[in-house]
Amino acid sequence: MAEDNNLNDNEDDDLDLKSLNDEDLVAQMHDDLYDGLKAEIAEGVNILLSRDWEPYEVLTKALVEGMRIVGIDFRDGILFVPEVLMSANAMKAGMAILRPLLAESGAPQMGKMVIGTVKGDIHDVGKNLVSMMMEGAGFEVIDIGINNPVENYIAALEEHNADILGMSALLTTTMPYMKVVIDALKAKGVRDDYVVLVGGAPLNQAFADSVGADAYCVDAAVTVEIAKDLMARRQGSGVDRMTLAAEG
Amino acid sequence: MTNIGPGTLAGSAEKRPGLLIACGALAREIMAVLDAGGLDGLDVTCLPAHLHIRPQLIAEAVRAKVRLGKQSHENVFVLYADCGTGGDLDAVCAEEGVTRIPGAHCYEFFAGAETFAAMSDAEPAAFYLTDFLVRHFDRLVYAGLGLDRYPELLDDYFGNYRRVVYLAQTKNPDLEAQAKAAAVRLGLDYEYHFTGYGGLAAFTTHANQTAKQAANQRVST
Repeated sequence: MAEDNNLNDNEDDDLDLKSLNDEDLVAQMHDDLYDGLKAEIAEGVNILLSRDWEPYEVLTKALVEGMRIVGIDFRDGILFVPEVLMSANAMKAGMAILRPLLAESGAPQMGKMVIGTVKGDIHDVGKNLVSMMMEGAGFEVIDIGINNPVENYIAALEEHNADILGMSALLTTTMPYMKVVIDALKAKGVRDDYVVLVGGAPLNQAFADSVGADAYCVDAAVTVEIAKDLMARRQGSGVDRMTLAAEG
Repeated sequence: MTNIGPGTLAGSAEKRPGLLIACGALAREIMAVLDAGGLDGLDVTCLPAHLHIRPQLIAEAVRAKVRLGKQSHENVFVLYADCGTGGDLDAVCAEEGVTRIPGAHCYEFFAGAETFAAMSDAEPAAFYLTDFLVRHFDRLVYAGLGLDRYPELLDDYFGNYRRVVYLAQTKNPDLEAQAKAAAVRLGLDYEYHFTGYGGLAAFTTHANQTAKQAANQRVST
């Protein structure tokens, strides 16, 4: 696939996206997402919107489907972190245009996730990948950034009425803070209101179990699969809605 | 360095005293410690340094080396910190009955646990380099993160960092210049901190002593 894309790069240099019909343009956007081409994705989104596509339709058919392909190849070891970061940044460019329009139109969502790295931890590459992959899968993501004390998590969960809490840590010295957050949720009697997902290089399933998380997510692609699965168990209608919309 | 391979001592009835199983990123430093101390009770075998970026593979790779090493050596030691295995390496060491150098990562055992904790508290946004990482910065850090192909990702990787801290094992002006250049390349401030071999020297010396004492005891009985 990579070779094909490289060959296409030259051909695409002069490609006028406006000249493509909707079907070809969406296919081209899938390729552009795969190749991490930010400007092309932004242009493609604007073209589809100018053709009276609903923002939600652009999201699901052009971006979500494109990121789904990226996610599969990441999971299968065909794409690696740098390439997926490039795709995520391209996705971000598209989402910057769509996000306000989606909010206005009240489009359906898979669920709402609050995510951030824990107190003392500034390492956010994994967290950012998860954010974009989740957004690419149709979740609303409230990214509260790095170095978060428990108060930040709880405030964001309450403010946004979130379904999922995602916590990330790279350091063995900071990962125990995840238990502090989960214990705080228990103390407030709201632990079971949220799906709690944890991830980061030094974590494993045993750690996730020991701190009382719902799941350990080994990478961004797996996070999406687990989140979908757990949300389907909690509120299957959201997933069905999204799937039907994506399938057109 | 004596880097034993599978079956090196096959056919030899007598086991050698001690084997140090180490991260390939530490090979040069271990050799320096062994040479400087005249430590002749240990053989050394290394796992590939690139496991550093795939920590989920470390524990089982160490287990395989330990089992192989036990066939040829009386005492086996592990010169790996936890290295992002999330306790998996400790579990393997406990199951296999071997000890490892204490610490979360090599930065900690080079600098010393207390010193490193104080440095981390003072500046959590530090990116650490060792002699090994300075030597191999281009390949392991810059190209390893894809920055040679996608320089625009620099901010994605290093946007939250404020400084490069070079934990130097040796006083080497060339390496210091390279470390400074790396900091400039990453757009970060630079700090130099000489550690020497720190806990690596202490652990290696202790392992050598333990292996030789055990060997002597066997001889005397």
